[in-house]
Amino acid sequence: MANDHIDITVEPGEVHALLGENGAGKSTLMNQLYGLLQPDEGEILVDGEAKVFRSPRDAIAAGIGMVHQHFMLVPVFTVAENIALGAEDVRGGPLGILDRRRKRREVLETSQKYGLPVDPDALVENLPVGAQQRVEIVKALTRDVDLLILDEPTAVLTPQETDELLAVMRGLAETGKSIVFITHKLREVKAVADRITVIRRGRTVSTASPDTSEEELATLMVGRDVNLEVTKTPAEPGREVLKVAGLVVDDDRGIRAVDGVDLEIRAGEVLGIAGVQGNGQTELVEAIMGLRAIRAGSMELDNESLAGMSTKKILRSGVGYIPEDRSLDGVVKEFSVAENLVLDVYDRPPFGNAFKLNPKAIDDSARERVEQFDIRTSSAEHAVSTLSGGNQQKVVVAREMSRPLRLMIASQPTRGVDVGSIEFIHNQIIHERDNGTAVLVVSSELEEVVGLADRIAVMYRGRILATVSPDMPREEIGLLMAGVAAGVAEEEAAE
Amino acid sequence: MSRVSTATVEELTVVDAPEPFWNRERRLGAGITVIGLIATFVFGSLAESKTARFTLSPDASGAAISINGQVGAIVFGLIAVALGVVMLTGKARRWQTLLLSLGILAFVLSFLCWQVAGKFLPLVDTLDGSLEYALPLILGALAGVLGERSGVVNVAIEGQFLMGAFGAALVGTLATSVWAGLISAMVGGVIIAAMLAVLAIRFLVDQVVVGIVLNLFALGITGFLYERLMQPNALKYNQPPKMPEWKIPGLGDIPVIGPVLFHANLLVWLALILVPVIHFALKNTRWGLRTRAVGEHPTAADTVGVRVRGLRYLNVLLGGLVAGAGGAFFTLVSTGAFNKNMTNGAGFIALAALIFGRWTPFGALGAALFFGFTQKLAYFLGVAGSPVPNQFLNMLPYIATIIAVAGLVGRVRAPAADGVPYVKS
Amino acid sequence: MTTETAAKPAPPKHKEESFLSLFLKNLWSANTFTVTALSIFLALVIGAVLIVISDSAVLSKFSYFTSRPSDALNASWDLISAAYADLFKGAIFDPAAFQAWFDGTGTWQAAFGPISETLTYATPLVFTGLSVAIAFRGGLFNIGGQGQAVIGCVLGGVAGFAFSLPPGIHLIVALLFGAIGGALWGFVPGLLKARTGAHEVITTIMLNYTAALLLSWLIEQKGIHDPARSDAISKAIHSSAELPALPSPLRVHLGIVLAVLVTAGVAWLINRSSFGFELRAVGVNPPAAKTAGMSVAKTYTLLMVVAGGLAGLGGAVQVLGTADKLTDQVAGNIGFDGLLVALLGRNKPWGTLLAAILYGALRAGGNLMQVDIGISLELVTVLQALIVIFIAAPALVKAIFHLRAARSARLGTSLAKGW
Repeated sequence: MANDHIDITVEPGEVHALLGENGAGKSTLMNQLYGLLQPDEGEILVDGEAKVFRSPRDAIAAGIGMVHQHFMLVPVFTVAENIALGAEDVRGGPLGILDRRRKRREVLETSQKYGLPVDPDALVENLPVGAQQRVEIVKALTRDVDLLILDEPTAVLTPQETDELLAVMRGLAETGKSIVFITHKLREVKAVADRITVIRRGRTVSTASPDTSEEELATLMVGRDVNLEVTKTPAEPGREVLKVAGLVVDDDRGIRAVDGVDLEIRAGEVLGIAGVQGNGQTELVEAIMGLRAIRAGSMELDNESLAGMSTKKILRSGVGYIPEDRSLDGVVKEFSVAENLVLDVYDRPPFGNAFKLNPKAIDDSARERVEQFDIRTSSAEHAVSTLSGGNQQKVVVAREMSRPLRLMIASQPTRGVDVGSIEFIHNQIIHERDNGTAVLVVSSELEEVVGLADRIAVMYRGRILATVSPDMPREEIGLLMAGVAAGVAEEEAAE
Repeated sequence: MSRVSTATVEELTVVDAPEPFWNRERRLGAGITVIGLIATFVFGSLAESKTARFTLSPDASGAAISINGQVGAIVFGLIAVALGVVMLTGKARRWQTLLLSLGILAFVLSFLCWQVAGKFLPLVDTLDGSLEYALPLILGALAGVLGERSGVVNVAIEGQFLMGAFGAALVGTLATSVWAGLISAMVGGVIIAAMLAVLAIRFLVDQVVVGIVLNLFALGITGFLYERLMQPNALKYNQPPKMPEWKIPGLGDIPVIGPVLFHANLLVWLALILVPVIHFALKNTRWGLRTRAVGEHPTAADTVGVRVRGLRYLNVLLGGLVAGAGGAFFTLVSTGAFNKNMTNGAGFIALAALIFGRWTPFGALGAALFFGFTQKLAYFLGVAGSPVPNQFLNMLPYIATIIAVAGLVGRVRAPAADGVPYVKS
Repeated sequence: MTTETAAKPAPPKHKEESFLSLFLKNLWSANTFTVTALSIFLALVIGAVLIVISDSAVLSKFSYFTSRPSDALNASWDLISAAYADLFKGAIFDPAAFQAWFDGTGTWQAAFGPISETLTYATPLVFTGLSVAIAFRGGLFNIGGQGQAVIGCVLGGVAGFAFSLPPGIHLIVALLFGAIGGALWGFVPGLLKARTGAHEVITTIMLNYTAALLLSWLIEQKGIHDPARSDAISKAIHSSAELPALPSPLRVHLGIVLAVLVTAGVAWLINRSSFGFELRAVGVNPPAAKTAGMSVAKTYTLLMVVAGGLAGLGGAVQVLGTADKLTDQVAGNIGFDGLLVALLGRNKPWGTLLAAILYGALRAGGNLMQVDIGISLELVTVLQALIVIFIAAPALVKAIFHLRAARSARLGTSLAKGW
């Protein structure tokens, strides 16, 4: 059950935050409000009137708009076409010929009215993430909404873009619109919300005010005292394990994604790469793992060049890899837990050889690891799809950390994972570091990077802007993430 | 302290990565150069030094373009080589497609000079025949466009052709009317389309599998009914009238293209008109915008209130009408009587034309015409007594399809949600 | 605007159930066995309708249905029962023939004739079915089984009369040639898919037509064509290359044993071998396979080679066991039937074997049906396609029979696949 008898009330002109950790049921609740899902029980009252939303059409008619976490924009359409879709202006009667000019005008008017600049003729796939989000909001506003739902809108924004969005939300609320803001980020909630409803495991836990402390909110979200810090001893770095110099990599569209990156990681230390998603981190990691061709530069593992090596060979050389999107390429959902645990070693003794598998060895090892890594499943024979997100991630972690490693690359290691598993995975990463492995952690959650890393490299637009200590104040790291080098801020301050 | 500006400090210039030497243009250029060399040396040496006549009339007499077979083979081969070399320099990026098409054309002309030396090729007849062979392919590919642009893969075009051909023959004979035949052809196509739509959209069956199985089903049922009804009693069930040809006064008298385009049957005009109509509709109407959205990102369309499944149903059924009409070609225009499996793979070539034409109406038209031409060429060469064995000539369209799909066209991109059933999650 | 959502209490839980009621519930739920059985039943019903409406004699009785319905109904029933009785008698056994054998008036060969026919038709289908099934498990649509089988026929047949080798060895060599031929015909689309992304549906279908044309050209060529005949037929294979068969007139041959062995081999390959692990991973999640170090391109290519080889082996078995010579129609429809067989068998090796036997039975029975009362063999094709359509949409069968939604029968192909 995703939503267990949830009650929630939203007032006009209010920014109402829906706070809860991943998997708590926030999106499910809002999808019902928008007509994408049907409730099994309960009712929805709009302005006191009971409404049934069988599809988004009904919700839109009732004045409800939604901006989803994964944008609902057709990449190959222009901004105007995306906004027109579903609410097209037509002429020519039954033929339904599009009236593009009128729609363009409408887009520009709405955009100006609410201070959300968009270019109607731009192709959506060419727009940066912040601009795409503006398009989504303008899209909702052109449909005359009274209640706007924003689902995890800041997940892909820099700290500065986030502040701009929060200001937009306040502005909209002041014009009388209601905003429901779904998030798991405590800071933002306190910055902008009028009221906070905390949801945990599908139930409403409490309705709090923004004065509540972050620790209290976190405890409400999780249900027990949460240790927000990662305990670790100081690092003792050894030899240089990974050396990357002048790396240049293109993304799928042929556009430069990694633009001359240098970095080294030593044995026994964690290097964290901080930065908003989309600044080349994904391509950098893929290049090191042999999943993407490089244009220029070098990568060496213990002085052996990685360039041109197959992914299989790189994994065999003692590199562990936790990919950023486990459902895409981390696990094979249809395979059992045991099979997933040997996904990259099935053809090596003892699990098998080039010709056949050794089922007994696979099963025995699986049972051990399920216990060792606290993977919550009744049997290692069950398909991985039956596991929760956090436990699926533990399967990936277990797989990679069960063999001797020289280098461990963890990309967004706790995305979409419940807090209990987050703690576990963080501890495993530190454990690996303490064993002498060089660890690279890439994460768009600054807290995670600061907590785990011994050194932090901030990545922006394909380059490492600076490598700093985790003790640096958050605001300064945030500025770096937004592309502002520390030197400039001081200069401007001196004026 | 002054406000911190959010402007970036470094002006990061976006530099295009240095392209590898063997980019697409150069690789295609290499290919054209190679076939140009084959044309020049192989065809050139094999060709007889006799006159090749490309006549304007259906027989050997009358006005013609004459060219020495050997000279022609060599000259056109050299033109192809030249075009290939131009592409190899890597400078003519923007003209790639044009140069590629001209290169292939030169190769074909060289081949023709070799084959026609000492004989004659009736131009009008060839163009007419190409258009005729291409006709069902155009309609089949258009049916594919309708379905696939909204996200439903249609491999069952072959089955729709068969049902259309059968329906046209049966009802056309019973009602002694071409028009009744045409309408029941469209109904036949819709029947298969409806089965495809329900199984794929409602029951989420794998769309390629459904298409193949429906083809076998159509083959079986038309074959069965043919043996039960038509074979024993051809007069009563299997003698459909032929579709009349009409001539547009004035336009029909233009040399070469007149008799081909303006002196034809209704099906030809239907196909040729549907191409720009569907093109325009996809680009500029509400139906077109929604169709394309549903094919690229159905969830996005759903969230703004577009009826995804309903639209897919509509488009697949419309496609069935069009493909069924394409099937009518086989019995109302071409052969006259229905025969088991008479389509013999035309539906799959139409599918290839769809892919080759990048899922656009005009692209599909071009591809269909090309495939029609290869079929006509095979027929002509067989009749004219070419040294190449008949079976290999008949392989031409199929081999051409493989080459087309394998990358002559570069990596083609289907609509993003093509083949993915829409399930609300 | 104000928006509120309110609560209501949860419903009460179920009681414990007895074993019998659980069993009945499971039987009448949409599991694989029930769906398959009901699909066959539905197909037969529709087949019956087709039989009736295409028979002019019976149809004429329907014209006066309102005045004397019994005429039409009796005629229909007679026709349908005769047709399906023939289907059974041609496929499994004819009670009369068994009776004759016990009496001593008939031979045991006649009594076992139908089973022999069923197995003879089923044998090549096992190979082509396995070819499709293993490709599906790896995420590829091998529609080219027909072409691969044809090439297998060609190479197997030519090896059968071009060489002179001692009996056992000749057979093995000829079978190998057939398998290699099919493997080559599968290699081309596999390579194209791996290198250029060309969709294997189109390339394999085109190669089907190409193979058929190649065959028809080859059997006219000197060296292959039988000089003693004027029609398009090749020389006959030497007896040293023949698959041993039961005494004539029974046609079933060792090929069926080979089929069972190969089925076991394919089952081992898919479930127990490293290659099987790779192809299963690539079949359901190519990106995850790639990230774990597997080469998707190599897997695709190798898979098509194996699949082609299986179909080629089927073609060789057909020539060396049943046909003995090459003709235009030597491969019949075994490629396309193999596709249906694999789907019916849910792309699992043993399921495919059973499905092949079923389809062989339909074919053998259909033959008798055609010879005896003149119902076209095409009806069998329709039945075969219908069965697959119904099992492909268990939800459809469920809806028709109001089955409960148990863990429903999946087709075994991955759910969402486009170009």
